[in-house]
Amino acid sequence: MASSSATTLKPAISAAGLSKSYGDKVVLDGIDLRIPEGSIFALLGPNGAGKTTTVNILSTLIPADAGQAHVAGHDVAREGDAVRAAIGVTGQFSAVDNLLTAEENLLLMADLNHLPRREGRRRTADLLGRFDLTESARKPVVTFSGGMRRKLDLAMTLVGDPRIIFLDEPTTGLDPRSRRIMWEIIRSLVADGVTIFLTTQYLEEADQLADRIAVLDHGKLVAEGTAEELKRRIPGGHIRLRFADVSTLESAAALFGSVTSDRDELTLNIPSDGGVPALRSVLDVLDGASIEAEALTVHTPDLDDVFLTLTGHPRSGDDAPAQKESIR
Amino acid sequence: MSSMSYALRDSMTMLRRNLKHAQRYPGLTLSIVGTPIVLLLLFNYVFGSALAAGISGTPTGGGSYIDYLAPGIILMTATAGALVTAVGVCTDKTEGIVNRFRTMAISRASFLTGHVVGSVIQTLVSIALVVGVALLMGFRPSATFLEWIAIAGVLTLLTLALTWLAAGIGLVARSPESASNIPLPLQFLPFLGSAIVPTDSMPAGLRWFAEYQPFTPIIETLRGLLMGTPIGDSAAIALAWCVGLTFAGYLWARSVFAHGATG
Repeated sequence: MASSSATTLKPAISAAGLSKSYGDKVVLDGIDLRIPEGSIFALLGPNGAGKTTTVNILSTLIPADAGQAHVAGHDVAREGDAVRAAIGVTGQFSAVDNLLTAEENLLLMADLNHLPRREGRRRTADLLGRFDLTESARKPVVTFSGGMRRKLDLAMTLVGDPRIIFLDEPTTGLDPRSRRIMWEIIRSLVADGVTIFLTTQYLEEADQLADRIAVLDHGKLVAEGTAEELKRRIPGGHIRLRFADVSTLESAAALFGSVTSDRDELTLNIPSDGGVPALRSVLDVLDGASIEAEALTVHTPDLDDVFLTLTGHPRSGDDAPAQKESIR
Repeated sequence: MSSMSYALRDSMTMLRRNLKHAQRYPGLTLSIVGTPIVLLLLFNYVFGSALAAGISGTPTGGGSYIDYLAPGIILMTATAGALVTAVGVCTDKTEGIVNRFRTMAISRASFLTGHVVGSVIQTLVSIALVVGVALLMGFRPSATFLEWIAIAGVLTLLTLALTWLAAGIGLVARSPESASNIPLPLQFLPFLGSAIVPTDSMPAGLRWFAEYQPFTPIIETLRGLLMGTPIGDSAAIALAWCVGLTFAGYLWARSVFAHGATG
């Protein structure tokens, strides 16, 4: 998924100082982005961080108050038509026509993309097959489950063969199985050289899919890097060992430097990035001292740890904007 | 292809979509026809003889009260059609598909044009049905072929005006429910004009309002064309209202759509 040096010269998406306020509520506070062609970029953040606003500005739905953004080499403010011709957007709430069938929805997109009739039919059949919707093709969308609806929504976005795809929380509200299927589909898209701009609330999702991740909080980017780089900055991960009795626990605790032990639970927490080498070295130390652990679990940092570390405050939920307002 | 022919093609695509909705879910369309037909039956058979006695001094152009009533009810069909547009546009907006259209390289006006043209077609079909029911009930218009053409023209223009206004209402309404409530005053307005009874029979303040509101000259023009009652300057005033409202509605709806009230 790494892009070649030739394509990194020309970013698919770039932004400088992007800002947006509603009234006196600042939603985006100077965002800089540079996303190479053919990569998956994840914008990670809690509800109300400004993720959807960023997508809306980059996809020409709303204008920015300040700053510049280029998508596919075109200015989003001045060359909206050219930007729209290059992008596909799948929003947070599935934008499908409930009164039409899945097939009719796709054919509608083919017509609006000005495809010749035969080509439109071919792509429709192709996408229905690829998204496993062929059997439901002639059913009204109103009868579809959430997962099927999301798949159709993404399929509709792909009819126009966009080079840059925006996915705003593509798996929020989906069950784990549908989420896995969606991830597979998203991965397969990049194989064709498409650039993907993804927003998500889940570190795991960004970790699974993205080449680079930016963390957005209260309208500001607080960190950017690969999943590995971000996780290295986060101390929340640890290996937890459980022992049979207190004496074993204490002799084990003496082997490791800075650890926290819990005498009631008989557990020992060893800070770690959760990687295999770290795990192996812990086991080697135990082996060397002939101490046996009853159980071992690996805890990787989650979004809460990311936020606590990067922003100094816990992840705030939907009520964050309201709190912010009352402070002013 | 030029951008003009793309605009036409996109509008046709949107129109096909809306006609498909109407064909598959005829409930809303039937409600356009239902209300005026119920009013026609109610006013003709229940209140008809009493009202006819009360307005016996007014020229109706025909022998019975239905000849006075039908033109007013035909016009009300156009106002009922506006409701369908408002609900349809608002439903699309709340379901997010409008935002999908707005991120695609399609003609910006095509979404609204498709809705408006689709609604105008549905409403004109409904009007034809209402005229048919009125004819069955004994409505006997005296219009010539040319007058029928003029009637179709006035009704199309009126429907166009109301539909563009309704499209704007659909875009600013927060939910399809409120989108269906906002145009209600529009449906009541003909009652406060000369739809059911002549404005002469109303108390002074109301009469003043009734004579100057847009529906009265339009009803009087329709009545004149259908029944041969005097039209006077009603035709010019009706035309001015229709054209003015169409432009105002069109510009308003387009600007709301372009600048987003994305809700």
